[in-house]
Amino acid sequence: MKKFVLSRVLQAIPTLWVIATLTFFMTRFAPGGPFDAEKAIPQEIKVKLESHFGLDRPLFDQYLLYLKNLLRGDLGPSFKYPGWEVSELIATAFPVSLTLGVLSLGIALLIGIPAGIIAALRKNTWLDYLPMSLSMAGICLPTFVLGPLLIYIFSTQLGLFPPLGWYGPADWVLPSFTLGLFYAAYVARLTRAGMLETLQQDYVRTARAKGASPWQVVTKHALRGGLLPVVTYLGPAFAGLISGSFIIESIFFIPGLGKFFVTAAFNRDYTMVLGTVLFYAALIILLNLLVDLLQAWLDPKARQAQ
Amino acid sequence: MSVEKSSSLGKDAWLRLRANRMAMISLFILMGIILVSLIGPAISPYAYDQQNLDRVFEGPGKDHIFGTDNLGRDLFARTTYGGRISLAVGLLATLVSLVIGVSYGMFSGYTGGRVDAWMMRAVDVLYALPFTIFVILLMVIFGRNFLLLFLAIGAVEWLTMARITRAQTMNLKRSEFIEAARALGYSHGRILFRHLLPNLIGPIIVYATLTVPAVMLLEAVLSFLGLGVQAPMSSWGSLIKEGAEKMDAAPWLLFFPGMFFCLSLFALNFLGDGLRDALDPKSSKD
Amino acid sequence: MACVMPSIQNPPKIKAMGNLDIQNLKVSFHTREGIIHAVDGVDLSIKPGEIIGLVGESGSGKSVTCNSILQLLPTPPAQIEGGTIDWSGKDLLRQHDEKMRGIRGKEISMIFQDPMSCLNPYLSVLDQVAEPLVIHGMASPTNARKQACEMLARVGVQRVVDHPHAYPHEFSGGMRQRAMIAMALVTKPSLLLADEPTTALDVTVQAKVLNILKELCTDLGVSVLFVSHDLGLVAELADRVVVMYRGKVVEQNDTRSIFSNPQHPYVKALIACRPTLESNPVHLPTVEDFMNPKTGKCQALKKLESPSLNLDSQETLLEVQDLVVEFPTEDGPVRAVDGASLTIRKGSTHGLVGESGSGKTTLGRSILQLTKVNSGKILYQGNAISLENIQDRTRFRKSMQIIFQDPYASLNPRLTVEQALLEPMKVHGLGKSRKDRIDRVVKLLEEVGLGEEYLHRYPHEFSGGQRQRICVARALTTEPEFIVCDECVSAMDVSVQAQVLNLLRSLQASRNLTYLFISHDLGVVKFMSDEISVMQNGKIVENGLAEDLYRNPKSSYTRKLINSIPLANRSSDFGL
Repeated sequence: MKKFVLSRVLQAIPTLWVIATLTFFMTRFAPGGPFDAEKAIPQEIKVKLESHFGLDRPLFDQYLLYLKNLLRGDLGPSFKYPGWEVSELIATAFPVSLTLGVLSLGIALLIGIPAGIIAALRKNTWLDYLPMSLSMAGICLPTFVLGPLLIYIFSTQLGLFPPLGWYGPADWVLPSFTLGLFYAAYVARLTRAGMLETLQQDYVRTARAKGASPWQVVTKHALRGGLLPVVTYLGPAFAGLISGSFIIESIFFIPGLGKFFVTAAFNRDYTMVLGTVLFYAALIILLNLLVDLLQAWLDPKARQAQ
Repeated sequence: MSVEKSSSLGKDAWLRLRANRMAMISLFILMGIILVSLIGPAISPYAYDQQNLDRVFEGPGKDHIFGTDNLGRDLFARTTYGGRISLAVGLLATLVSLVIGVSYGMFSGYTGGRVDAWMMRAVDVLYALPFTIFVILLMVIFGRNFLLLFLAIGAVEWLTMARITRAQTMNLKRSEFIEAARALGYSHGRILFRHLLPNLIGPIIVYATLTVPAVMLLEAVLSFLGLGVQAPMSSWGSLIKEGAEKMDAAPWLLFFPGMFFCLSLFALNFLGDGLRDALDPKSSKD
Repeated sequence: MACVMPSIQNPPKIKAMGNLDIQNLKVSFHTREGIIHAVDGVDLSIKPGEIIGLVGESGSGKSVTCNSILQLLPTPPAQIEGGTIDWSGKDLLRQHDEKMRGIRGKEISMIFQDPMSCLNPYLSVLDQVAEPLVIHGMASPTNARKQACEMLARVGVQRVVDHPHAYPHEFSGGMRQRAMIAMALVTKPSLLLADEPTTALDVTVQAKVLNILKELCTDLGVSVLFVSHDLGLVAELADRVVVMYRGKVVEQNDTRSIFSNPQHPYVKALIACRPTLESNPVHLPTVEDFMNPKTGKCQALKKLESPSLNLDSQETLLEVQDLVVEFPTEDGPVRAVDGASLTIRKGSTHGLVGESGSGKTTLGRSILQLTKVNSGKILYQGNAISLENIQDRTRFRKSMQIIFQDPYASLNPRLTVEQALLEPMKVHGLGKSRKDRIDRVVKLLEEVGLGEEYLHRYPHEFSGGQRQRICVARALTTEPEFIVCDECVSAMDVSVQAQVLNLLRSLQASRNLTYLFISHDLGVVKFMSDEISVMQNGKIVENGLAEDLYRNPKSSYTRKLINSIPLANRSSDFGL
């Protein structure tokens, strides 16, 4: 077990290096620089700024320096937020995105899993058709359509929730539902497919032959196997929730990491872009590892393989 | 059993698909949307970028059946024109991902051994990239370029396609008819293209059908961030963004592009599901 | 394994506990292709303590009958059309679900065919074996585990007693099936339904499991409905045999009488068309010899000839010397073939017999260079086989062919019969023109017993036996001298198996073919082969003329193999 975790952590290092290199050179070879847009800046100040951030040195030296700092865990200063370190900015913005992500995932699982199970158990009845049609609609209704719609209905028309901002729990409702419903739809479909597959298995028939009740058959025998695809999906889902939240963040004006990233990209804030990309990548790797561990906990065969 | 009854797997699949009501409805909706998008801009009396500042924010009516936007442009012309762009991006990017993914997956799966292990390790590494973010970065840095757009999206979507193709190839490679082909002395090329590829087409078509909506969604996300096509050109994503901003004043600006977009996704997803059932008789039991 | 002579019982005809009586059972399946009457008016009764064998080929309705007793059929597509299943005064077909649950696993237990998939992979074996006791409230969870442990020890699954947290994947197929038996019997039910419980197991494992099953059921006084496709196997333990054919019971009698004096032509055929170790026919009788399946009428039995093959005058065609094949695994390389040598004479059949994992299939494939060889030599007509240059490779591929086990997987589903058979000719440049090649294809089809009308059909339109004929035809397109038959009849019903074996034999005679005949079934191998090699753990443990090997087995493994075969399958004289 320890060996497995250790090997995965070691594997992550080259991956992160590839990503750092790719992003570094992609940003540097792109036309335009961080201090180009603001024409107001006199030439001498621009030169001064560039030398302050080391932008006047040879590109490869900059790259090596960046990697060296990275090894020490230093993501460097932001170009656009004077006086702020990139890590400080991430530390401020990420908790917001994390809250949003966890809430959305909770909603997705709480709605998706029961809906999927019911649909599988009542296959080809309206208890199957209704949630499955809704979930198909959920998948086809992108967040940037659903978000404005929810604002229009629950905020503008009914006045139940605030339309924008991120100040208290009341602000959390609409964004988390907007994001969560899409994933709930996916989870429901995965659960249904997984349950149908498992319910066909021979060992479920064995359980019935033993005299187990439908409830026992589902909870004790079918659920574990049926939820494995959902567990596998959790990694990409959570990564998607966290890194894909910038749409929601821009619709609801939430000061999350996604919004910071997009702004940084537009502003050519190199260090911020690099830092965010690396942070996201590390997060995805970590989440995939957690999902693998969760899978092993559910599946004795996978446990042995590790 | 009569000789006339003889039918290929393709024909059987088509018959099964025809029996699937949702899939057939989806197919008709999809064909309708494609047709309207193709001929819409041509039959509309207004060009998609033709402004008329006297008639801004006009609701759906006789002259403008979908209404007009803040610059008095005809929404019907803009929606159908946007449809061309969105559908084209969807299809082309899917094609790009198809070509890359299928060749990569087939080669990796058929070769096997160490080559396969390394090729798949590379895919794993790429999977750890926050891709949406990369595409955004690309679009921001290199400017909004139509060609770059679908190349970037296609390059993102090929990973899953490669995995699916590889898994199927590995399965089929072990199957006895491929071994029989080897025993009969067929060349690798013949085995790959005449025996493997035709048997891979089912899952590939299914996944491609499901990739198109995913790609269209990504394009819409980019447009929503202002990274898609540039005004006055339109795509469904960019129209939805405008509509969402002006929803209080002119809800039809969100409604029509949103409806077209969601209907297309709906139809494509249902069609993909239907195709999966039709092409894999085993799964049709569900 | 000793055969137990069937005992004739005369229990009183009163409805007692543990008396199962099926009357006029009708079950149909509603599919897209139409309604299939799987069970069509079956009567069957089991008295307390009795062991009944229910025998039939695939599609005969035996499993459906068995599964309808506990109402375990998936509905839809299955539908019970009529009849009654009386169990101690209750009609099981008309019980509420809750009532049924009280019977399942408590009064009537069931074990299934595939032990690999019938145990829940996510739960420990011990918990699963103890579960019936807990479900039926017969013991507390702790007590249930204790009883389960005792039962597992009785069936010989000692591992669970020492490692209570062991999961199914840590066990072999035989051990899992023993655990299934323990699970079924832990509640001491009155009736055990066993649906092909040993079919997926190797023959030596099957013998052990069968012994345990019989002993335990006799000890506990459990009556058994033993469903199997293998009449000989059923004879080992059943008091009475019921034979089903196309949804109907065609004959039932006590075991001895069924063998000594079968009445129905189908039962006669079933007994005759399985090759036994004792007999040496050139051709096997088939079901068609006894009855025309369309009219159901009995036909005259064809005469059986005795074989005559002189091996001394044959020259050597293929020689394998010290062959080693290794497969890489995570725990290092595993030797599938470990220094095997054999010599195959021209025009003869060399049988290769062994259990699963013995390396026999790998050996066959490595001869054809479908698997990489680590060391050792393969000499064909005295020359080492080389695939380096294209000319050699083409010549080699042309002269050696292979027929696989699964006729469903060995034909490309997207090619018609014509395309599949034309392609090898095109690749090897056989035939002058397309027309000439098509003529050859038609001739080949006729040779394997299929007509020209099948040319434009796709594989999925054929039955298993027909597909295997197409595979044989395809193997013959390049006019090879040597064919590897890799378990090529193992997945077939005995009646179909007999036809394909006869076909292979007649082709051998007319085309002077040499076969390497690989199978796990010693009876089939002996019928086909002039010489036999026995394989175990990658090594060839014994080698010899077929008759010698059977009469005087030298290695203990060969003896074990022969002794594991049910008596009735060793000699057709059983019971006479």
